[in-house]
Amino acid sequence: MDIQIRNIHKGFGSFPALAGVDLDIASGELIALLGPSGSGKTTLLRTIAGLEFPDTGQILFGGEDTVALPVQQRRVGFVFQHYALFRHMTILENVAFGLRVRPRHERPSDKDIKRKAAELLDLVQLGGLEARYPTQLSGGQRQRVALARALAIEPRVLLLDEPFGALDAKVRKDLRRWLRELHDKTGYTTIFVTHDQEEALELADRVVVMSRGRIEQVGSTDEVYENPATPFVFDFLGNTNILPGEVRDHHIYVNGGPQPIADTAGHEPGPIDIYVRPIDLRIADAGVPSFDVDVLSTQRTGPVVRCEARAVTSGAVIEIELPHLHHDVPALKAGARVPLRLSNFSVFARGKPISRQALPDVVANAPAEYRERARAG
Amino acid sequence: MNRPVDHTLQDPPKLPFEPLIQKNAVITEARWVRVSLTAAALIFLLGFLLMPLIAVFVEALRNGIGAYFEAIVEDDAMAAIRLTLTVSLIAVPLNLVFGVIAAWAITKHSFRFKQLLITLIDLPFSVSPVVSGLIYVLIFGAQGWAGPWMSEHEFKVLFAVPGIVLATTFVTFPFIARELIPLMQAQGTDDEQAALSLGANGWQVFWRVTLPNIRWGLLYGVLLCNARAMGEFGAVSVVSGHIRGLTNTMPLHVEILYNEYNFSAAFAVASLLAMLALLTLGLKSLLEWRHGNELAATRRH
Repeated sequence: MDIQIRNIHKGFGSFPALAGVDLDIASGELIALLGPSGSGKTTLLRTIAGLEFPDTGQILFGGEDTVALPVQQRRVGFVFQHYALFRHMTILENVAFGLRVRPRHERPSDKDIKRKAAELLDLVQLGGLEARYPTQLSGGQRQRVALARALAIEPRVLLLDEPFGALDAKVRKDLRRWLRELHDKTGYTTIFVTHDQEEALELADRVVVMSRGRIEQVGSTDEVYENPATPFVFDFLGNTNILPGEVRDHHIYVNGGPQPIADTAGHEPGPIDIYVRPIDLRIADAGVPSFDVDVLSTQRTGPVVRCEARAVTSGAVIEIELPHLHHDVPALKAGARVPLRLSNFSVFARGKPISRQALPDVVANAPAEYRERARAG
Repeated sequence: MNRPVDHTLQDPPKLPFEPLIQKNAVITEARWVRVSLTAAALIFLLGFLLMPLIAVFVEALRNGIGAYFEAIVEDDAMAAIRLTLTVSLIAVPLNLVFGVIAAWAITKHSFRFKQLLITLIDLPFSVSPVVSGLIYVLIFGAQGWAGPWMSEHEFKVLFAVPGIVLATTFVTFPFIARELIPLMQAQGTDDEQAALSLGANGWQVFWRVTLPNIRWGLLYGVLLCNARAMGEFGAVSVVSGHIRGLTNTMPLHVEILYNEYNFSAAFAVASLLAMLALLTLGLKSLLEWRHGNELAATRRH
């Protein structure tokens, strides 16, 4: 089922949780809503589900406006972060719940309900555990039950709220790959919320990066990573160095660099910020456009060597990351002066610096009330 | 496909139970401190709780087992027992329904004056039972607001069963609501939202999700409410009028017998109330033992 979201506004008190969101989702797509806490991603998901109602705007499921429909009639499969399994029911009955509460004339027979629920438990690889209660399962197993329960109503769209948020790193990785396989097998249109950029980039067909109730950028992993539309997107997707620079005579200069490092792509002349990731900085060969830095310290952290340096002219402290076997590593000794080149970077007109509060401050296992607060502002 | 071990399919590890005190020598005290503290607590318990309880049964059986049963099957005593059962059979279900409704409204919805409602629920705990009884005298008494209208229509509230039921319901109202509110707050609304998203209507959500989630807490509240309803003295004493065989509940009957120096009969009836208390305690401990985790949110009695 394709979904169109049109100009959704939603406020909690005076706080605008969603400030005009437009998004088109194709049938069968796997979409990630990515953003820091308070960015409105969970509110958007709950609005699509019908658990929150927008102040204005439309949500179209296959062309049909659903804003006025209550959650019961939207037929959405919603998987909660903390699973919300019914603890007094066996997992078979949990999965069967959506079928059992149907009006009598639409309800399948008891035998069919049980067979369907058992099939779904097989699909999520929990066959044989039908008679267990939710408290007798591990976190990853509960997550799968929640997913099977949501699939039982044959939803028009599958919505997952931080699906791996409460799991440890190893389980999270397994489940991520498994969810991708399941999505490819079943073909449900799926939207999931996450604050983990790695998870979003790895799992989703397209990533929707959100900040302060607005969509900053929508695109595939390559698009958002290689061509971030805003400084926020660049900063949120990974570690960032910000170098002061300048656009002059249709060329881009790093402050203090004698040669231009690139031609402009339509930037106005004036001061700019050059955004570059620590892994995209390399020691320049002679003759290549470069700028000088003094190495302050070098630290190996596992497979990566992390180096701190200060730009000679601008004084900006920057971070460099290299694989520990890279041939540049020996030159990066504390106290050395080396020329650096940028192998990949983005340029933004100098605005206000991104405040640190806008950056991710979400704890993976954040308790529910913390999320509530984040949602409410 | 050759895939690595799927960690999500493993059962959670079972952790062995380790008593805290053996592992953590820092928080233990010297032996004599532990022994004397335990002894002090036990002596206090014996003196103030167990001794009176034993005294009740000793006094009740002083004139022999025959006199004990005679005092219980005597007409006025049987009437008092019947009345007490009737009153609690009305008051407890009333408070069950309203307690669940109040707790549900407070924990699953947000509205203005919510805090005021929570405070009001606690009101019967904070006023003296005698005052609670007097409220009904002021309303339904001969000089009260509704008194003249009542006597015109020959409908008796005060010094009759309805008054006793009203006073008992008022005094025992907080027990069930107070038991459920923290439990339901701790459970949150995720389960209800999940049920709604699966297509359940409000009625189905309540019967299939909300009620099963709170059933043990509810039973616990009903037990406490019932114990108090049967044992209530102050408020009932004010509104009952102490008419023997008609408006005397068990606690009132005990008092009357005692005032008439009929000690062994008084203690015989009192022993029934004591047995009710023991039964309640036993059931309460059983519930805590079997369903302790679900009740943990409210474990403060």
